[in-house]
Amino acid sequence: MNINLKINGKTHSDDVEPRLLLIHYLREVVGLTGPHVGCETSLCGACTVECDGKAVKSCTMFAVQADGANVTTIEGLAVDGKLHAMQEAFWNEHGAQCGFCTPGMIMASKQILDRNPHPTDEEIRMGLEGNVCRCTGYQHIVNAVRAAAKAGA
Amino acid sequence: MIPQTFEYTAPKTLEEALQIIAGGGKPLSGGMSLIPMMKLRLAAPDHLVDLGRLKDLHYIREEGGALHIGATTTHQDVASSALVRGKCPLLAQTAGGVGDPQVRNRGTIGGSVAHADPSADYPAAMQALEAKFVLKGAKSERTVAAADFFLDTFLTALEPGEIVREVIVPVEDGSTGTHYEKVVQKASGFAVVGIAVRISRKAGKIVWARVGVTGLANHAYRATAVEKGLAGTSGGATEVQNAAAVVADGIEANSDLHASAEYRKHLAVVHTIRALLAALARTA
Ligand SMILES: Cc1cc2nc3c(=O)[nH]c(=O)nc-3n(C[C@H](O)[C@H](O)[C@H](O)COP(=O)(O)OP(=O)(O)OC[C@H]3O[C@@H](n4cnc5c(N)ncnc54)[C@H](O)[C@@H]3O)c2cc1C
Ligand code: FES
Ligand code: FES
Repeated sequence: MNINLKINGKTHSDDVEPRLLLIHYLREVVGLTGPHVGCETSLCGACTVECDGKAVKSCTMFAVQADGANVTTIEGLAVDGKLHAMQEAFWNEHGAQCGFCTPGMIMASKQILDRNPHPTDEEIRMGLEGNVCRCTGYQHIVNAVRAAAKAGA
Repeated sequence: MIPQTFEYTAPKTLEEALQIIAGGGKPLSGGMSLIPMMKLRLAAPDHLVDLGRLKDLHYIREEGGALHIGATTTHQDVASSALVRGKCPLLAQTAGGVGDPQVRNRGTIGGSVAHADPSADYPAAMQALEAKFVLKGAKSERTVAAADFFLDTFLTALEPGEIVREVIVPVEDGSTGTHYEKVVQKASGFAVVGIAVRISRKAGKIVWARVGVTGLANHAYRATAVEKGLAGTSGGATEVQNAAAVVADGIEANSDLHASAEYRKHLAVVHTIRALLAALARTA
């Protein structure tokens, strides 16, 4: 089936099988390996991307469901080499350790501030419920989101 | 990659969707239950019919003292709707606690009730709200009450070829306090036990109470014995405890790795008390 969609501002047109998951389409067809496959069972959030402005787990969506959509992956956040404020905040606050969860964490964190520019720590933690990190113990990630909120991300 | 191949259609109209479903097509809404089941090979549909992109199933409106919610309205849109928060707060609270933000961005109210997972959150609220479901087939439309809809584990009153088109819930009046209390299964967010409560109290006396229970039995049910025990009382601590004590009476409770049947029944009583007290605190 032919799909047409925008990914990080660029138009893509591809012929895909309906059973191809969006994450595999992004990684293997488009070549965007920022979004990761952690669990492939909808639980870890490493595959989180934005689809029409909403954070989604791209391992639990078929590429054909994104036909006509506007998709943003972690690769699409920086503009002209300038990092997004959330990326800056993760960097400054040591929000990443091994980095495996980070692309998904940043996409989920961006959604938190898109919907609520001044979240409490509790609201930050609730907003990250769909994302798992094996390394950081989460505190530095929460610090990063708080810092980004302060910086007006 | 899903091992089995299948056909996929994103119909432009509801009529077109219902035609394909009548011929054996499988509805796909948010995919938050169906896609995981396909990965586990628990489901292997030949033809997916994507309802999720039908704009005319995605709405929330107030009509004749009730809220009408289109089947493909996402959990996120229910939870954040000013209309639902103001007029049916139990539903907004329930929707806001389903899974995680990414799941709420895709999962739909129609998909959740049609799926009828015995641990899902919405069904408890649906029982307590005495919700109605508009079920539509290619040539039929009927309305079924929640009490007659949830039949067994993953089994509802939906006939082959029918979809849930709309969910109808009441607008609360000023005398009603509501609350949803759940024991969360940590990994997924599903309810080990979930208790949805509505209480109407006037001049210090409980006029009526509604209690919906999920997670405990093969399907969500209304604990009418608890409701009867509360009616006419002032809702004091002892009255609440006595009424809640019977919430699991006569119920064959589920048992799994998250909780034994006995523990689930214990949780149900404790959390019914908590839910009732929280709802009472919100009554006028
Ligand atoms: C990580 C994770 C955590 C979750 N946590 C929770 C939780 O805490 N609480 C909870 O309640 N749920 C939870 N869920 C399930 C979630 O709420 C699903 O959204 C919901 O169960 C199904 O809705 P859907 O729109 O995604 O349906 P789909 O997955 O698209 O479909 C589910 C089933 O319903 C059928 N169907 C879909 N729409 C209709 C319709 N309109 N009419 C008739 N049949 C239809 C499909 O054919 C399929 O059989 C979780 C899911 C995930 C992945
Ligand atoms: S890979 Fe998608 S949620 Fe884990
Ligand atoms: S930084 Fe290693 S998983 Fe989060």
